[in-house]
This record gives sequence, structure tokens and C-alpha cells, in this order.
Amino acid sequence: MLENLKILFHQGKQYIPDPTTVEVPGIFRGRPIISLEEVNENQLVELCPTNAISANPIKIDLGKCTFCGECAMCFPQKIIFTKDYKLSSNDRNRLIIGAGENKSIEVNPDTVRKEIHRTFGGSLKLRHISAGGDGSCEWELGAANNVQFDMSRYGIDFVASPRHADGIVISGPITKNMAEAVQICYDATPEPKIIVLVGTDAISGGIFADSPAIDRSFLEEYQADLYIPGNPAHPLTIVNGLLDLTRKLK
Amino acid sequence: MNYISIKNNQTILLSDIPESNYESFFDKNSELISGHPERHCVNYFGYKVGNNVKLISCIADDITHTILVSTCLVHKDHQLESLSNKLFCFEKFEREIHENFGINYIDHPWLKPVRYAHNRDDQSQTIANYPFFSIDSEELHEVGVGPIHAGIIEPGHFRFICNGEQILHLEIQLGYQHRGIEQLFIEKKKLLQRATLAENIAGDTAVGHSIAFAHVWESLCGYQAGYDLEFARTLALELERIAVHVGDLSGACTDIAYQLGSSVFGRLRTPIINFLQEWGGNRLSKGLIRPGRNQFPFTPALAERLNRVLDLFEPDFNEMAEKLFSLSSALSRFERTGLVSNSDALTIGAVGLTARMTNLNRDVRASHPFSLYTEIKHEPIVKRHGDVYSRVQIRKKEVEQSIQYIRRLIANVPVHSEEREVLETPKPNSFTLSLVEGWRGEICHCALTDKNGNLMIYKIKDPSFHNWLALALSVRNNEISDFPISNKSFDLSYSGHDL
Repeated sequence: MLENLKILFHQGKQYIPDPTTVEVPGIFRGRPIISLEEVNENQLVELCPTNAISANPIKIDLGKCTFCGECAMCFPQKIIFTKDYKLSSNDRNRLIIGAGENKSIEVNPDTVRKEIHRTFGGSLKLRHISAGGDGSCEWELGAANNVQFDMSRYGIDFVASPRHADGIVISGPITKNMAEAVQICYDATPEPKIIVLVGTDAISGGIFADSPAIDRSFLEEYQADLYIPGNPAHPLTIVNGLLDLTRKLK
Repeated sequence: MNYISIKNNQTILLSDIPESNYESFFDKNSELISGHPERHCVNYFGYKVGNNVKLISCIADDITHTILVSTCLVHKDHQLESLSNKLFCFEKFEREIHENFGINYIDHPWLKPVRYAHNRDDQSQTIANYPFFSIDSEELHEVGVGPIHAGIIEPGHFRFICNGEQILHLEIQLGYQHRGIEQLFIEKKKLLQRATLAENIAGDTAVGHSIAFAHVWESLCGYQAGYDLEFARTLALELERIAVHVGDLSGACTDIAYQLGSSVFGRLRTPIINFLQEWGGNRLSKGLIRPGRNQFPFTPALAERLNRVLDLFEPDFNEMAEKLFSLSSALSRFERTGLVSNSDALTIGAVGLTARMTNLNRDVRASHPFSLYTEIKHEPIVKRHGDVYSRVQIRKKEVEQSIQYIRRLIANVPVHSEEREVLETPKPNSFTLSLVEGWRGEICHCALTDKNGNLMIYKIKDPSFHNWLALALSVRNNEISDFPISNKSFDLSYSGHDL
């Protein structure tokens, strides 16, 4: 018993007091800022492994971006990645950053389905589906609920069955071999329910976007309620995205 | 000689690989493996040449530190004798060859589909209509789990045949994660795209697979990576090992309902992966390893920082580990649970931690050293009981060992060289093989180029490819309630297997 207390004492205080304001250590690559500087746009567009950069004028789509930072390394005057981890939105277009823009990405309260705040504002139970995810977003979704990020303090938890869930969280580009399971899991979740896409692979297919082994027809049929970018998404991006979706008042 | 011996990361001409007919190819490869526990098959795959299929077999010899490569050409409609019937370690490779090209083996024990690849030969077979093995008995029942599991993990289907609470047989069917990575390696032409693919093979082994790709590419281009590059790679690989092993110790505690261990080990992973982010901007080291360059030089300031992180990590880790391994309630769940015997591990060709827990000393860091492991002179940690306890013990000891290696490495941080030669185009008509010991075990990447130096075939083998069968064997005669702890102690990759 004494040893257990000693171990507990040695851990000290591990939880992050406020995950909505804490600063990330080191050189985290979060929301980019694009300057108005003139550069060779073709070269910049050509650099990106997932066609996340479009030209005339230069824009970066965080739903496609792998956050490798290559563009910022080759064109440091044009693009810098800030440490801002608030990257999630319910509006796919808000993930596209234009030149000169410098504000946190947010959920658009006008387009959030009104039952989301009312029903899930105090408690949200989610069923996670990995559909071709490489295990990294899975790792970070798990970390969002460890003793440090402790997402369950907000009443947000992952549950073992879609029958107990208020929505599904999809990671991975949705492979052909998982397409049916995704549909069955969604159908088994009771209404009202939300769909959350975590990570670049889920939002756009990422590097796998044109692979013949994936099947994204589920996302053509259903509208996602939240996009959480990242490769993988950082736990703070996940926590803040879910809070922004369910807690924000119009 | 019907094979050529090469070193890890060596590039040879395709025409240098001796080609023979299937009979002598068969005889040679079975002769190489039979009765030689120091040898095992690291990759055996095929590719289409017109209407024929060319097979390439790569057998690693841990004593001579060489890889023995041989090849043969077979016609799709030929009926072939299967190597698996004689040497079971070929079974999965032959199943893959059968699935991809429709090659018929007359005496293969079970041509069960491997991953239902999108470009498989028989498109009428789908993952949804797979006929699971079943036993007709009124005494037995089946338990099906997956593809979606109860936790936040990747998908796969487990079908248990049980007698009451006891598992008689577990069949694992994978393929749900298949994204067509090997084909994308050929189709995506930019180097950065390929490096991105490599780090997405298995997210928890981003460093391991990225190093394998970097080594393949650099070798194909005739590029010799500098000391500072290999220094950073070795360091990242050992940090990844610590992070995952600690995370898995947390998982093992969760699965025996030991809350304190679960929380403490779980939180101890954070400083390690946060350090990786401080260094390279990503908690899973994506973007850190690139062929021919290092965008994130490891500086003396980072070394000082890492020393501090480890100073804080070590006492907490040791204290928790000591407590866990002295708890009789924990040990009674670990000991003699999920057993795999040495002979079974040898038979199925197990690698990495899964081999080492049964006293089978397989560790690429020692047997086919790459990066800085020639100077580290790595001594593999080996246990002999083959149970959950051996697996968690190896994880604990490898964490301690990796910390030692890292401390030694960062005592002398090399100067980052700004001047680098440019990576040229790959050599034409060539073959390269790269072995890397990731935290799970041996990763093998093979690449073939065509006459213009374009990538023609890229073949990836994750250690999970061999080791999933070890999990299936380990749970036999266990209670089904012990499955989670066995599964977690292996922690195999779905995405690395399905590609």
C-alpha cells in the first residue's frame, strides 16, 4: 500500500489543467500561415506529396496536408507552420487556408445541426472505426483519454459498441475491405448520431486518395459533422475539435 | 551455386541472381533451411513477367551475416509442389503468391487468403464470404470478434472455437486494412510521396519502415549515408522502441485490470513521444527520416534535453516495473499464459520479440547490422519460456537497454553536415534488400528496378507477417478471457500486414 502511494506521489500532477489553452512543446507543425510573398507557385505546388497546395493564389488544404512541412522548409518566406493545434471544423472549406489568413480554425456554429449541442453538449459517447488507418490516429485517439489529456473529464468517451454510441469516429481512408463494416456500424448507432473524421487519410484519403483499394462511397452518401486534421491528429486537436462542435453556443 | 549471397542493404544486378528451374530452386531453398535454425526466410515473393511469374527467395543467414537470394521462373498454369509442406515457414509466402497470381500448389496444407488484395488473381473471393474453419460438434461453440474491435484499434477478424471457456482453435483473418501500398510505391513517382507511403505502412513503426525505405533507396542510388544521418536514424529507432514498449506495458496492465500500472506506464510514454515532437515536429516521428538527408539535425541542445527527459523517466519507470514484477496477482496472469514453444517459433519462422521470447535469437541489429549497430555491438535480450511473462520482461529489459544505447550515443553528438551529395537516379535492372529491426522485429523491404532505373517492384514485409500465427498458436488451451493479455503482449500490426 505504502509503495503504491509512493508511486502515486512520484508521478506528481500529470493532467493538463486546461487543454484548450496549453502550449505544445517543441516544434509542432500546426496551422500554417501563408505570406503574400511572390514565389514560384508551380514549384511549390509540385512539392506537395498529396496535392494539398493549390496555386493562383496559393492555398493549403489541411484536409489533404500530411503536415510533413516540406513546403515550409523549401519556401520559408512563403509558408510557416504555427503551433496552433486548433484545426478542426464542421465546414470542409474552413480547412483550406489562404494567403494572409491568420486565425484559429473553428466550427461554424450556423451550420452545426441544432440537436448536436442540445443532445451531446454535456456527454458524448463515440464508437471508433479504423478503416485502413495505419494505427497512428488510433494511438492519438487513445492518448486523448490518457491521464494527461483526459478527455473524459468533459464527458467524452469511447465505447465498445455502436449501440451505446452517439456517433462514429472514422480513421483511415476507408478501404474496400472495410466499407461494409463501416456502413453496418453506422446503421447500428442510434439516432441522433454524428460522424467525425480523424486524420488526413479519413478526411481526403491522404496519400491513398487515388488508390484502387479504397472505397469512399460512404462519405459521398453521408455528411461528416466534424473534420479533425493531422497525420496523425494531435490529442489536443481532437479534444478541442470535439469540444468546439458540442459545446459552442450560437 | 544456385544462389547469390549479399549483405544487408547491398544492391546487385537482377541478372546476378542465379535463376534455376523450380525443382532445383525448391531443393536448394529447402536444403538451406532444413536443420539450420540460424537461417530463415525474410522474403519470398513473385512478380509477373508476361504470362509467367518470377519468384525470388531471400534467406537470411544469421551466422555469416548474409542473405542468400535465388530466383526461378514459373508459368501461371503450372502445378507446383509446395515448400510449405516440407518447411512450414514458407506457408504464408506461398499463400500470398497463390492469392496474387493464382499459382497452384498441389500439396499446400491450406491456401487460406492472406489479405484479399485489390489486385488478387481471383476477384470472386471477397473478405465478406470467407469460409472460416469450423469443427462440427455439439460440444463446441464459436466466438466471432471483429473486424471492428471493442477498443480503439485496427480491424481484423478473430474466430475462436471453444469448448466452454477453453480455446481449442483461433483463426485470424486479416486484410481489412489493405490500402494497396506496394502498388502505390510504383505509381507515385516523387521521392517524397514514397517516403510518405513508407511512414504510413504501420503508424507505430514509422521510424522502422522509413529507415528500411531510406536504406533501399540510398543503396539503389549508390549513396552512402553519412555518420550524422545514421546517428539520427539509430536514435529515432531506439526512442520508438522505448515509446511502444512502455505503451504496451501499459496495455498489458490494462488487460489484467491493474489500474496503477496502466496509468503510470501510459503516462510514461508521453515524455518520449513528446521529445520526438520537440525534435522532428511529430509525436510519431513522421517526417523525420528521409532518404539522403536529415531535415531535423540532432543538436547538442537536444541531447541535453533528452538526457533530462531520460533522467526523469528512468526512476519512475524502474519503480513501476519493480512493483509490477513483484505483484503475485500480476505474475499469476502473466506466467504460463499464451505459450509458444521454441520449436513452434522455429517452424513458423517467427522473428523479433516473438522469436526471442522462446530462446530463438533473431535480431537484425546483431545478425545483419545496419545504421550504427555495427559499433553499438548489440546483444539481443532473449527469454526462454515463450509466455506473456517472457514478452513483458523482454519489453522491460529492452527499454532499459535502449536507454543505455541512447545515453552512449548522445554523449557524442556528431556535427550535422550541411554539404550533401545529391541522390542520383536508381541504378537500372537492380535488386536491393534492406533489413531493419523495428520494435516488433525484422522489417524487410525489397526493390527491383527496370532497365530505365524506374521502380518496378516494391515488396514490404512487416514482422507481423510471420508473427500473427504465433498469436493464434499461443492461445490454444487458454481460457478465452486470457486472449486480450496474450494479444496485447504481442501487439502485432494489422496495417503492416495488410499493406
